[in-house]
Amino acid sequence: MPTIENRGIASVIVDPDKCIADKGCRVCIDVCPTDILVLDPAQGKVRMAYDECWYCLPCEHDCPTKAIRVEIPYLLR
Amino acid sequence: MSTKELTVDILVIGGGTAGPIAAIKAKAKAPHLKVLLLDKANVKRAGAIAEGMDSVNNAVIPGHATPEQYVKEITIANDGIVNQAAINAYAVRSHDMIRELDSWGVKFEKDETGDYAVKKVHHLGAYVLPMPEGYNVKKVIFKQLRKQGVAVSNRLTTTRLLVGNDGRIAGAMALDSRSGEFVVIRAKAVVLCTGAAGRLGLPSSGYLFGTYENPTNAGDGYSMAYHAGAELSGLECFQINPLIKDYNGPACAYVTGPFGGYTVNAKGERFIKSDYWSGQMMLEFWRELEGGNGPVFLKLDHLADETVTKIENVLHITERPTRGLFHAGRGTDYRNDLVEMHISEIGLCGGHSASGVWVDEHARTTVPGLYAAGDLCNVAHNYMLGAMVFGQIAGEDAVDFIADKELPEVDEAVVAAERERIFAPLLREEGIPPTQIEYKLRRMVNDYLQPPKVTRKMLIGLQRFAEIRADLEHIKANNPHELMRAMEVHAILDCAELAAAASLYRTESRWGLYHYRTDYPERNDADWFHFVEVRKGADGRPECFKRPVPPYLYPIDADERDAYDQLRVDDSVAA
Ligand SMILES: Cc1cc2nc3c(=O)[nH]c(=O)nc-3n(C[C@H](O)[C@H](O)[C@H](O)COP(=O)(O)OP(=O)(O)OC[C@H]3O[C@@H](n4cnc5c(N)ncnc54)[C@H](O)[C@@H]3O)c2cc1C
Ligand code: SF4
Ligand code: SF4
Repeated sequence: MPTIENRGIASVIVDPDKCIADKGCRVCIDVCPTDILVLDPAQGKVRMAYDECWYCLPCEHDCPTKAIRVEIPYLLR
Repeated sequence: MSTKELTVDILVIGGGTAGPIAAIKAKAKAPHLKVLLLDKANVKRAGAIAEGMDSVNNAVIPGHATPEQYVKEITIANDGIVNQAAINAYAVRSHDMIRELDSWGVKFEKDETGDYAVKKVHHLGAYVLPMPEGYNVKKVIFKQLRKQGVAVSNRLTTTRLLVGNDGRIAGAMALDSRSGEFVVIRAKAVVLCTGAAGRLGLPSSGYLFGTYENPTNAGDGYSMAYHAGAELSGLECFQINPLIKDYNGPACAYVTGPFGGYTVNAKGERFIKSDYWSGQMMLEFWRELEGGNGPVFLKLDHLADETVTKIENVLHITERPTRGLFHAGRGTDYRNDLVEMHISEIGLCGGHSASGVWVDEHARTTVPGLYAAGDLCNVAHNYMLGAMVFGQIAGEDAVDFIADKELPEVDEAVVAAERERIFAPLLREEGIPPTQIEYKLRRMVNDYLQPPKVTRKMLIGLQRFAEIRADLEHIKANNPHELMRAMEVHAILDCAELAAAASLYRTESRWGLYHYRTDYPERNDADWFHFVEVRKGADGRPECFKRPVPPYLYPIDADERDAYDQLRVDDSVAA
């Protein structure tokens, strides 16, 4: 049963200059109800890993450096 | 894939709205007990109220409403099929819960005299208490959890309940969606608060997570209660909401109504008398959309600028704060533009309609020691405050239930089998991604279960669901996150089959659009003035049966009975 990868645009956007995940911050990863934010180990920054966002905003509101911007997922815009 | 074992006295599953209150109240009543609150997400920001709430939809506050008025209103709104004792159990505790939340720091709107500023949105009485600064409700409750010393565990997706050899509840089994650990929790009582089945239908946007409900609420609780042998009730009384089209969140008429906003058709005319969400209102909404008078809009463009600003300060800040972003993206300004509305996908929810695990006025399910509260239980139209009050009732009753009881014995083979079931999608070499199966399943739910319900369509739907069940043998997860999604698909499929079974069983129409059957278009009280219940039969398949409606505490007069059937502004216009 071979599979293919699907591509899609990320609707949760993290500003790498502001994100302090490399200093140990995990706030957004912790609060996201659908658990779709992950630490990119190579960059030391957070990124959206799954297209499963409820555009609910705890990540954006709780981020201490205002590094996150949530957009409405493309299919809904 | 290691296994972790925990033992507690009371296990509360679901840390959204009902769950935290259940845990707080159990611990407050019996501080020596071990109370564990666990959630699939993070309790701090989990559930429907993560970003606050626009209003209390059902406040029963002396001077504005009595428990009797409220119970009668919900009885009429739910076409008579209610256990009034359960609704009354909420109503008599409603005011105390508001006062307690107030004392904890939750902000409710008050008038100049300091009285709660209750508004009339329902068809008959006044029960809506605005919360323009309600965004802090979750933080306030979290503080109380800490204060009471409730143990909290996050990122645990419960997959099955454990039933003891003596038939009592014995705990639950869960998957840690971060570490991939299998967790077995033994308990003497379990309070299930996992919310609605919010990922049942597919939103018309096609986006799996663009649901009305918090999508963490996939229907796991319905499935778990069913497999534990509990009775489920009213699963044919679907949840269908009028929502902002595509955004799929509330507009919300309860906020805007008191300011002068209302719902109109394409001609700009009002067609429903009350914007309170009921099946009867949804039927009129659907008729308008389908009968050539659509689209349907929320109208605010006639309001003064400062009034609109006030509305924006609620709608764009609490509950679903991305509403403003959505409107900005489409250039919609309430001052000049109507907001296009639509009908949501179907879901199961006690809190909005009446589809849930059967509980009595003590929040007890039919399995000893198992409680249900919040959207998961069948107490009609209970909403946020009802979730909290039933959490309280469950938590306090559970303390009494476990007194002098030992942990029940369990069959270790059941634990081993669940472990195998959970990890199969991870161990499989290759297969179908969970999201692909979920998409197809939920699209089929739309095609075959979305009202108006047609017998033949529902029968075909059941066939498709059976085929998808066979596909579950090939579901492939690559990591613990996808494994959580795979287990959710199992639960969604259970919910789809149970909803179809209950819908087929009730051969009449009731609750407006929620159970509108074209083959049986009339309400038939002679045969169907009953609850429709479903439980797991001896053959492992859903078994439906009738449960009588308990005698009313507050009788309904013949002239009040049909009040919710007269919601159309001008009956001659009905399609
Ligand atoms: C968008 C929206 C707007 C609303 N507006 C209002 C309003 O203005 N006024 C009002 O009174 N009511 C409103 N409601 C209804 C009200 O919010 C709900 O009735 C109430 O919050 C339900 O509480 P709950 O505890 O049952 O569910 P939730 O608060 O959703 O909690 C359920 C919890 O269970 C967890 N969970 C799910 N599955 C599992 C599992 N398998 N294992 C572990 N944990 C699990 C979830 O992560 C979640 O935290 C609204 C609801 C929504 C969705
Ligand atoms: S909360 Fe903000 S700073 Fe912290 S990890 Fe997330 S994006 Fe980075
Ligand atoms: S908006 Fe909500 S679902 Fe989306 S990433 Fe942020 S917290 Fe997670």
